[in-house]
Amino acid sequence: MSDVTAAAFEEIAERGPLSRTSGRNRLRELAFRLLLLACLGASILMLGTLLVDIAGDGLGRISLDFITEYPSVIADNAGIRAALLGTLWLMAVCALFIVPVGVATAIYLEEYADHTRWYNRAIEVNIQNLAAVPSIVYGILGLAFLVRGPLDLGNVVLAGGLTLGLLVLPVVIIAGREAIRAVPPSIREGSMALGATQWQTIWRQVLPAAIPGIATGVILALSRAIGETAPLIMVGAATFVSFDPDLMSTFSALPIQIFDWISRPSNDINDYASLAAGGIVVLMILLLGMNAIAIWLRNRYEQKW
Amino acid sequence: MEAASFDDKRATPAFGVARRRWSEDAIRVLLLLAALISVLTTTGIVVSLAREAWVFFQEVGVGEFLFGTEWSPIIKPQSFGVLPLVSGTFLITGVALAVAVPLGLGSAIYLSEYATPRVRKTVKPILEMLAGVPTIIFGYFALTFFTPTILNDILRLDVSVFNALSAGIVMGFMVVPTIASVSEDAMSAVPASLREGSFGLGASQLQTSLRVVFPAALSGIVAAVVLGASRAIGETMIVLVAAGQIAALSPNPEEPMYTITSFIAAIGKGDVATGSIQYKTIFAAGALLFVITLVMNMISIRFVRRYRQVYE
Repeated sequence: MSDVTAAAFEEIAERGPLSRTSGRNRLRELAFRLLLLACLGASILMLGTLLVDIAGDGLGRISLDFITEYPSVIADNAGIRAALLGTLWLMAVCALFIVPVGVATAIYLEEYADHTRWYNRAIEVNIQNLAAVPSIVYGILGLAFLVRGPLDLGNVVLAGGLTLGLLVLPVVIIAGREAIRAVPPSIREGSMALGATQWQTIWRQVLPAAIPGIATGVILALSRAIGETAPLIMVGAATFVSFDPDLMSTFSALPIQIFDWISRPSNDINDYASLAAGGIVVLMILLLGMNAIAIWLRNRYEQKW
Repeated sequence: MEAASFDDKRATPAFGVARRRWSEDAIRVLLLLAALISVLTTTGIVVSLAREAWVFFQEVGVGEFLFGTEWSPIIKPQSFGVLPLVSGTFLITGVALAVAVPLGLGSAIYLSEYATPRVRKTVKPILEMLAGVPTIIFGYFALTFFTPTILNDILRLDVSVFNALSAGIVMGFMVVPTIASVSEDAMSAVPASLREGSFGLGASQLQTSLRVVFPAALSGIVAAVVLGASRAIGETMIVLVAAGQIAALSPNPEEPMYTITSFIAAIGKGDVATGSIQYKTIFAAGALLFVITLVMNMISIRFVRRYRQVYE
């Protein structure tokens, strides 16, 4: 019996073809691995090309005047002051809307909702679906309900900010829920055992522990909102604003200004394309700053229980 | 006397508790109201789309809208056949998926099956950056770099300044992270025991990845592709900037063409009067877009649920 096994092993060991096949296999393995790396590399190469192309087109436009000047039909005199202020206003309105509503919804769904009830499940499915509705549809909603129709606000900052807020609300809710869920039940049980009510437990124990996660979610939501263009087109953001906007005034925004410059035909006298690239550089700097804050928050306060 | 004051002292915290319970209920209701805002949003979307679309369909027949091959809502003679918009949408989505599916799945297999945790941790955020770039920037890139430099100069294609091909390819790169991250989740959810069994039978890593992990994660991969397609269908700015503004029922991606989204934005850009037929087309086209993406999201959610049920 053992002789037979030994013979079989010997035969296997002596057989050349096996090692030759494995050599060919190794080549195929290597080719496959390289192919996969190429897939990954192509996307990253594209991202790199995009960043280099935009920096090359736009960095030359960046100056103090570009930031502080109003738009102008003469490209060399044009700046992004009104657009930048508009964007800051929009972000402020958006943040004031999504923080309370998003966090309250997340608390409700994680701490209060009985998930066997149909209406709570309906709210969850609804949020999942809302997260995937095209942004232009939110623009239509803003146009029909906020700008015209029932609320009739007109094409003002408030309408634009709320439209963006509705668009990114699911991001905050989903991130908020994850952050709240990550707080271990023992914290809640300890608090309850000391006589705290459910709300006291949430307000003094759960929320403070979940704040880094929630803040990260809010920043990511705002960084999505800051680049949104299509909904703002629908709610009537203006392309030529030569005053500092406020809550109830018409407004422009950085992506809208960029879009307007892209749409204009460039020529030797008026190089609108490079203006657009300059606006894009500013937008990218804002975005990278926001993402850096989000990453810093996550690393600094991330808690392992 | 003493007994009564003793009782009073005991009574006070009891009242306090009772009052607190009342406020607890109030808070609960407030939180529920906040949660209902998201439901209201959906209702608002459906109502606003349906109401104006209803008025639109009383002027234009549903059949004429869905099956008409001529889209000319502004220039007379007006015609409201939405097929050119739909064909443009699906053509550009098809180009985007032709780029995004192989690149996204290749990246996902690499990240899930080959990459060390350290590489994964570094590469994933870089890849996700592609999804975080505002799409207006992709539009600029497609129009001012990809079409003239890559398509015209390097590939020597005779494409127009505005064309579906460039918009579609660039959009494909935007969709890669969606497909990569959802399908990587699905592949990572495949239990290690399946891989170990495969290796134990002498299969190589390539064979294990393609014949064991890939089929096991298939429902998640389908979900990823459907979600990616829905992203591409709903994307506005890349096509509005780079694909031109002509309603063309054409299979040739080298030509300019409208999509549903870019048409809506192009009309929305002008200040259209409430109640005009142009205003109503926004809602009819929007309703169509909403239904298409909603159905795709439902399909995607269902497929994700399927692999979660199997492995988690």
